[in-house]
Amino acid sequence: MEAVRQRSEAESPAAAPAELTELTRQRRRSARIFVLPMLAVLAVVAGWPLLRTIFFSFTDANLGSLEGYKLIGLDNFQALAADGDWWNAVFNTVRFAITSVIIETVLGMIIALTLNAHIPGRGMLRAAVLIPWAIPTVVSAQMWNWMYNDLYGVLNHIFLGLGLIHQPLAWTANPHLALTAVVLVDVWKTTPFMTLLILAALQLVPLEIYEAARIDGISPLKVFWRVTLPLIRPALMVAIIFRTLDALRIFDLPFILTGNSKATASMAVYARQQLIDFQDVGYGSAASTFLFLVVAVFTVIYITAGRVRFGTGDR
Amino acid sequence: MGARRAIGRILFYLLVALIIVYTVFPFYWAIVSSLKEGSALYRVDLFPPHPAWGNYVGIFQQQNFARNILNSVIVAGAVVAVSLLLSVTASYALGRVEFRGRTALLLTILAVSMFPQVAVLSGMFELVSWLGIYDTIWSLILSYLILTLPFTTWVLTTFMRDLPKELEEAALVDGARPWTIITRVFLPLLWPALATTGLLAFITAWNEFMFAITFTLSNEKRTVPVAIALISGASHFELPWGRVMAASVIVTIPLVVLVLVFQRRIVSGLTAGAVKG
Repeated sequence: MEAVRQRSEAESPAAAPAELTELTRQRRRSARIFVLPMLAVLAVVAGWPLLRTIFFSFTDANLGSLEGYKLIGLDNFQALAADGDWWNAVFNTVRFAITSVIIETVLGMIIALTLNAHIPGRGMLRAAVLIPWAIPTVVSAQMWNWMYNDLYGVLNHIFLGLGLIHQPLAWTANPHLALTAVVLVDVWKTTPFMTLLILAALQLVPLEIYEAARIDGISPLKVFWRVTLPLIRPALMVAIIFRTLDALRIFDLPFILTGNSKATASMAVYARQQLIDFQDVGYGSAASTFLFLVVAVFTVIYITAGRVRFGTGDR
Repeated sequence: MGARRAIGRILFYLLVALIIVYTVFPFYWAIVSSLKEGSALYRVDLFPPHPAWGNYVGIFQQQNFARNILNSVIVAGAVVAVSLLLSVTASYALGRVEFRGRTALLLTILAVSMFPQVAVLSGMFELVSWLGIYDTIWSLILSYLILTLPFTTWVLTTFMRDLPKELEEAALVDGARPWTIITRVFLPLLWPALATTGLLAFITAWNEFMFAITFTLSNEKRTVPVAIALISGASHFELPWGRVMAASVIVTIPLVVLVLVFQRRIVSGLTAGAVKG
């Protein structure tokens, strides 16, 4: 594709200006019309609900009667700031995001490096790695829930057999273990995504570099730290920020593994519980708005750090 | 030196084996458990001694799982169709025409794809009740567009941008209008990209949970993820794990097959969405 584009740039005439301007104008007109339906739908399903959520966060709206609300200023946010359970959810989310992203990055790197080696059966290995990614989150959660079962779970059986533990663990019920249990499932589920992104970056590193390093007798570990890692760092950063964004929004896994349990409740779980279960739309919306702002900050970092390409490329 | 290399090799293949066991075992265990009935379920056998299909029969008889699957197929199919339709024309404009406000638009689309779902939950709930579609699959078709539309538009824009310029110029010289250019020139070239993007959007809609559990109430309106999350047994404390695993296997096998068949395409689509930008 790259080659085609360069050729087209070189060969296309400097565009007869007079005729093309009318064409260009026509193209721009139709471009605006073409974007319009998509934008209209996005405004209805994203823009409007977001604005309403932010609006609700300044009211005492209740799910039972959404019309009968009154504005109460910043009361919800003040209550939120004083709410220990909310800060517990914030802390859970941050702990979850940091640990799961770190483990996923390290594990994804190891698997990507393995996949990048030219070994027989590489296709099969890549297929195996993709399986967790293809499994719906709810299903992964239930599969692990069964493996975590304190009485009949296979994990306890394996760990007891290996002598790693001396009595069965209640993975999801024990408040000290529950968050770890959630992290383990997330790591299993999303490491493939990390692996693929790292692998894509690894495959852009020219093979000659490894060849040269091997001839010079430099140890593989040194090559990794000094050559490979610096070369794939930009792509790695984008992947890490992308995953962090995802981790901050986590809902399905803690909700299914442990319900609304305080030990694992993330910001999204807590906000939804207030909104739907306790019907407190005003308060829940305030929590949602807070989460939105946190994610917005990370999105700005993502867009700047990722140097996202907005140009049309060859124009 | 030779011995050291051999040990290195063995360790490497051990690592490969470990990776495969780690990624495949939980799914394998779900399949094995789904084939065990009664007390066999509570024994740890790596292979079911007497494979039985009772759990599979059970989920279709004891709750309307076929209905849940149908709901999921309809919702995901409709969402993909609408998203692709809207994003093909939009991606032509965003990827190939230079117009004022384009960068701002692309930034907006990217930002929307980062929205936490819970941030639109109360506004969406109000919209859904106002439209009178609470507890219908329409509520899901509507709300899932926020998840798929930014994604399909974004990915198709990156594919549109990379198509050769001469094709369009030749058509323009022949006096073709933009609509003709999209349908006659670009669409035939975009089929692979459309298939990949559609598949990824389908998976997103198929797996969605938060909107589904919030906007539907009755079992006949539920999609597969909610049904699986809510399968319950005789007592609150002991879930019918055999049936849960059977349902899990049923909805996962098509996805795993699709992913294995479209492996390469999916990899390129995922990286286009996240990194290439």
